Amino acid sequence: MTIVYEDQGEQGTEVPVRRIKFTINGQKMIAEVEPRLLLSHLIRRGLGLTGTHMGCDTTNCGACTVLVDGRPVKSCTMLAVQADGHEISTVEGLATASELHPLQEGFKEEHGLQCGFCTPGMMMAAKALLDANPEPSEEDVRWALSGNLCRCTGYQNIVKSVLWAAAKLRAGGSESGEA
Amino acid sequence: MYPSRFRYEAPRSLAEAISLLHDGGDYAKVLAGGQSLVPLMKLRFASPDLVVDINNVPGLDYHRADPDGTLRIGALCRHADLERSDLLKTTQPTMASAAPLIADPIVRNRGTLVGSLCHADPQGDWASVVLALGGSVVARGPRGMRAIPMAGFVTGPFQNVLDPDEIAVEAVIPAAQGTRSGGYLKLERRVGDFATVGVAVALEMTGETVTRAGLALTGVGGSTIGVTEAAEALTGQPLTADRIARAADLAAQAARPRTDHRGSAEYKRHMVRTFVARLLSRTDAAAERAA
Repeated sequence: MTIVYEDQGEQGTEVPVRRIKFTINGQKMIAEVEPRLLLSHLIRRGLGLTGTHMGCDTTNCGACTVLVDGRPVKSCTMLAVQADGHEISTVEGLATASELHPLQEGFKEEHGLQCGFCTPGMMMAAKALLDANPEPSEEDVRWALSGNLCRCTGYQNIVKSVLWAAAKLRAGGSESGEA
Repeated sequence: MYPSRFRYEAPRSLAEAISLLHDGGDYAKVLAGGQSLVPLMKLRFASPDLVVDINNVPGLDYHRADPDGTLRIGALCRHADLERSDLLKTTQPTMASAAPLIADPIVRNRGTLVGSLCHADPQGDWASVVLALGGSVVARGPRGMRAIPMAGFVTGPFQNVLDPDEIAVEAVIPAAQGTRSGGYLKLERRVGDFATVGVAVALEMTGETVTRAGLALTGVGGSTIGVTEAAEALTGQPLTADRIARAADLAAQAARPRTDHRGSAEYKRHMVRTFVARLLSRTDAAAERAA
């Protein structure tokens, strides 16, 4: 995998590269990455999985949230080399070809998005919550999503969407996808 | 944004990590949770030549109590581990109340307590908590191990006493002399912001008598402030409303807040007084009975 950088005239022409092995949405991968490459860059530019959004790029907004070994992480604040040996799940892993994940259905049913920019991060943070706690209270949902910002001020419906998904999963709604 | 170019090493033992740092040249950094270091590198406030990632070093992700009650927190113990810890909930009220207030839930999955202490941000919450509890940092280097009391660990904003080839391997909280009480209160504009005001109170009591007290302040000065005057005013006697008010006044006097976008100096000083009084009243058995 090749990732092209803008040449900023930095010192040192020798580019250190490391080979890493990791799993993304259930698929095993090998990549050659420069250590300074961020996980978010690897996902978006290297793998072409642009569902993971880059918002603030400063560890604030949570739009770039992915799961690393099941735990939500801001992918702009982790080096791609650190994914070596780990399992990454992105929003693309939620749905199957034929079926949306209950979280995606919930966001659709409850109008959990306006512009949609924060949505992938919200869904991945919510996924980790529901995996750990299938019956969250509204307070639990707000707490779990407190590291994700929505600038359309859509929190009300985002919380409803997650609760909708939780109810559907409890009622035996299929958890499709590999994430 | 991405960091400037660096050499990356991911050793599988502490000995290897220390030797990498020892031979590592002028500017090497240890990477644990990376929730402060990676943003600093992206903003190019930090441009290390060598990054030694210790995440593959086994056996550093613990937090556990020795038989005598001494608490040890390893360099790879994440904030989230501490937030979920039953051990802290039952034995460390000040730490248990601080853990859910560190950064935000996603950052807490990666960030570490020991890394936060080393980062030495004047606004860091854990530094106040560990200072109030009389804790220390254990460092390992080519010349062996040493324990550094938290009170002498930080030398300035973002600076600590570690040698370039030393790694902070754990934080240590000494065993309580009596029953612990206390807490951490943080005023923040929103989740994930730095503290407008943070106050850590750690009390140890035998019966009605305070056997040890520790108070520390976050965000109201150029560094973490340990309020030893207030601690001394509380020690060796029962907690009373008068003594609580006196300690709150002493803490407010020790604060050195500055007016900024988070609030006026006057407001912050007032909040220090309020938080100290609130935390001490919470632990005041007499007040609880009366309530």
